[in-house]
Amino acid sequence: MKLEAVREILNCRVIAGGDKLDQEIEVGCGADLMSDVLAFIKPNALLLTGLTNVQSVRTANVAEVKAIVYVRGKFPDKDVVALAQEEGIVLLATNLPLYESCGRLYARGLPGGSERAEGLSDVKRAGLLSTL
Amino acid sequence: MSSEPVFCQRFEISGKDFINAGKASIRIKAILREIGIQPALIRRAAIACYEAEMNVVLYARKGAMELRVTPREIRIQVEDEGDGIPDVELAMQPGYSTASDEIREMGFGAGMGLPNIKNNADTFQIHSVVGRGTALEVAIGLQHG
Repeated sequence: MKLEAVREILNCRVIAGGDKLDQEIEVGCGADLMSDVLAFIKPNALLLTGLTNVQSVRTANVAEVKAIVYVRGKFPDKDVVALAQEEGIVLLATNLPLYESCGRLYARGLPGGSERAEGLSDVKRAGLLSTL
Repeated sequence: MSSEPVFCQRFEISGKDFINAGKASIRIKAILREIGIQPALIRRAAIACYEAEMNVVLYARKGAMELRVTPREIRIQVEDEGDGIPDVELAMQPGYSTASDEIREMGFGAGMGLPNIKNNADTFQIHSVVGRGTALEVAIGLQHG
């Protein structure tokens, strides 16, 4: 899924990296605790979180996360935005809560990390989604 | 001779310095990239370093992290001066945490720090003395084609 599609689906404001929205992300991960992110997230992921401090961007850097969506209308400080710009990490913000943000992206085809790890085929995934 | 370090650098870490927490790990990641280490191995090393660095910042007074790269492996040693860990086995259990509310507000204290370090390492050793501090050492092997 392209970041531009994420922006549209979650009606996001673009905070940093507006020129990088044509980038493709492979998986999504929603968490507020950074060690949980580091334990479960896959590379080339989108991180959805309510944590807006500088550690959200450093965690993204360490775990090869391409973009962060800050949920629940939260907005990071200037220094966090500056760090993301420096490190080339896209920052988006939505007013939606975490659960709904993840749900909308999942329903539109963005898989989770465990599916990626299991190599769940698109056909199986479509079957799973049709039961929702 | 192959165990001779080709690169070695030490980073000082200050306890409770939340603004700079993680900087050493990001620097290590950049160094490993410059050396030409495989991206998947860099990611594992960076996660292990970052968790270990955060542990020093969150729980200890001060510490240091040393990176050593040899043709065979990436070796990371972290030592801190702090309260130490009374029950290391318990601390290794995923989900177990002694984190304060302040630490959780920072986005840490998930009880995944030490398990994350171990899961990303090929070898993992930890030694802690209550009232003095904790030392841990991890190694990630470098594959040769």
